[in-house]
Amino acid sequence: MTVVAAAPVRTVAVSLEGLRRHRGDVLATDDVSLEVLAGEVFGLLGPNGAGKTTLVRLLVGVLRPEAGRVSLLGQDVTADPRAASRLLAYLAQDEPALNELPVGLAVETTGRLRGLSRRDARSQTADLLDELGLADVQERPLTKLSGGQRRLAQVAAALIADRPLLVLDEPTTGLDALARRAVWEILRRRRTEAGVTVVLVTHNVVEAEQVLDRVAVLDRGRVIACDTPGRLKALVSNDVRLDLVWRDEPPLGEPAVAALLARSEVDGRRWSARLPAADAREALGRLTAGPALAALDDFTLATPTLEDVYLSLGGRAHDLERS
Amino acid sequence: MSAFLALYVGQVSRARAARGPLLFVATLQSVGILLLLRGVVDEGSDTTAQQVVAGSTVLVVAFVALNLLAQRFGMLRGTGALDYYATLPVSGSLVVLATAASYATFTVPGAVLTAFVGALLYGLPLGHLWILLVVLPLAGASLAGLGACLGLLAPRPELATVAGQLGMSGILFLGIIPEHRMPAVLQVVRAAVPSTYATDAFASSFARHLDVAALLTDVGVCLVVAVLALSLASAAFRRAVRA
Repeated sequence: MTVVAAAPVRTVAVSLEGLRRHRGDVLATDDVSLEVLAGEVFGLLGPNGAGKTTLVRLLVGVLRPEAGRVSLLGQDVTADPRAASRLLAYLAQDEPALNELPVGLAVETTGRLRGLSRRDARSQTADLLDELGLADVQERPLTKLSGGQRRLAQVAAALIADRPLLVLDEPTTGLDALARRAVWEILRRRRTEAGVTVVLVTHNVVEAEQVLDRVAVLDRGRVIACDTPGRLKALVSNDVRLDLVWRDEPPLGEPAVAALLARSEVDGRRWSARLPAADAREALGRLTAGPALAALDDFTLATPTLEDVYLSLGGRAHDLERS
Repeated sequence: MSAFLALYVGQVSRARAARGPLLFVATLQSVGILLLLRGVVDEGSDTTAQQVVAGSTVLVVAFVALNLLAQRFGMLRGTGALDYYATLPVSGSLVVLATAASYATFTVPGAVLTAFVGALLYGLPLGHLWILLVVLPLAGASLAGLGACLGLLAPRPELATVAGQLGMSGILFLGIIPEHRMPAVLQVVRAAVPSTYATDAFASSFARHLDVAALLTDVGVCLVVAVLALSLASAAFRRAVRA
């Protein structure tokens, strides 16, 4: 008799089916279906206005969809929106509700509202503030902190009470590199030790490539791609980005320059072209060999990023962050 | 209950840090009105004196519970801060109740001080001042409920602020001007405004002979308004979150 071991099946933590929702006259979420597996760090990437925040507010049960269904850890929260609040913690882009509270009390109160006893809320608050380097400022109101420290305090409030699902809307906005690392380290630990699932909203492509297991790319309310960052970049792996900065007016009389202009996005004296690698090599060769070189201030050739994926899939906006 | 306490303590702590100077202004404003009107009110006119002191006391409640709470909820709504509460396992009613309770609490020191100073200034008896302890929570709850409604229903935070301040001004004029000196139209308006019943109940506490039936009626109206306003505010909270 042959025994066939079953492949491990990963639980679906978040299931969105055919979600649709208007914001005013705009269809902000247009037939969105996604699945996030338990333990994943899943990203929603898109420029401002792509519909990320509306989608997240549908996911966390604040907004009701006009059509479609949201299930979290097997529970249909479209039918019972209150259930979402027992399963997840949500960090919005800003949390003004906490602003005038002292840091320690803001985190502790959030823990108590999530059902912790006073003792547990205090002990978890102390641990979190230590981990995020906020112990020294715990008595200060959030409004009296720097932007970065305030964001860290809001992150601490999201992390208290050990929810199995964290939905974080641009958690590292305004943080310096050190604080960003502290946030990612704490999330990594939660994931490995407790199998926490993270849904992360970002418009920072570098961050997306570094921390996400999978990413859904949004444009005008629709998911235009969803896969691992590596596989998505493979879609445009033959392309490279050629960025030029002109010192003076570019010599448009040069055929090589004129040809490149037709394929570039122009921002003042900065040109940016996404080209097949062979075309980019040839264009750069012609530019650097001819008289155009004298007018060039700088040039770079870069392998594709998720921003290139977004643009190649038909994305139109240009405010994705690259730092 | 523990969620209510956590919310209440958080709100009190927040308000203590942020609203201290405003609470001082609220009290100073009412005590200032008492001092200004001292020269106008006739000696021996107990009814008018009671009305002025009670109106000034209610003004403290209106400043904090109606005006500041309307601004608070207007800000929470305008900045999307209600999402914070909406994604916690607590009901909107609990958030409204705890916030209203914390603002109502902050009216106590100013209102008691105003009533006490007023009674001394106008030579009113202090024997029934305990009535304040019954009326203050109800007046606080009813005006806080109305303040929460204004803040949560106003389409923009600035409108919530304007509505809160207009409401406070209305309460000032309708509360301080003695009823028998008002034109008939204003007497009708006065009877329709919920704060009137709080003012009248406060005024009873300065009467030499307590009219228990009138006091119970006034307190009953305050209670009904509190329940209605807080219920409406809870519904407005749910509506504002989903907008």
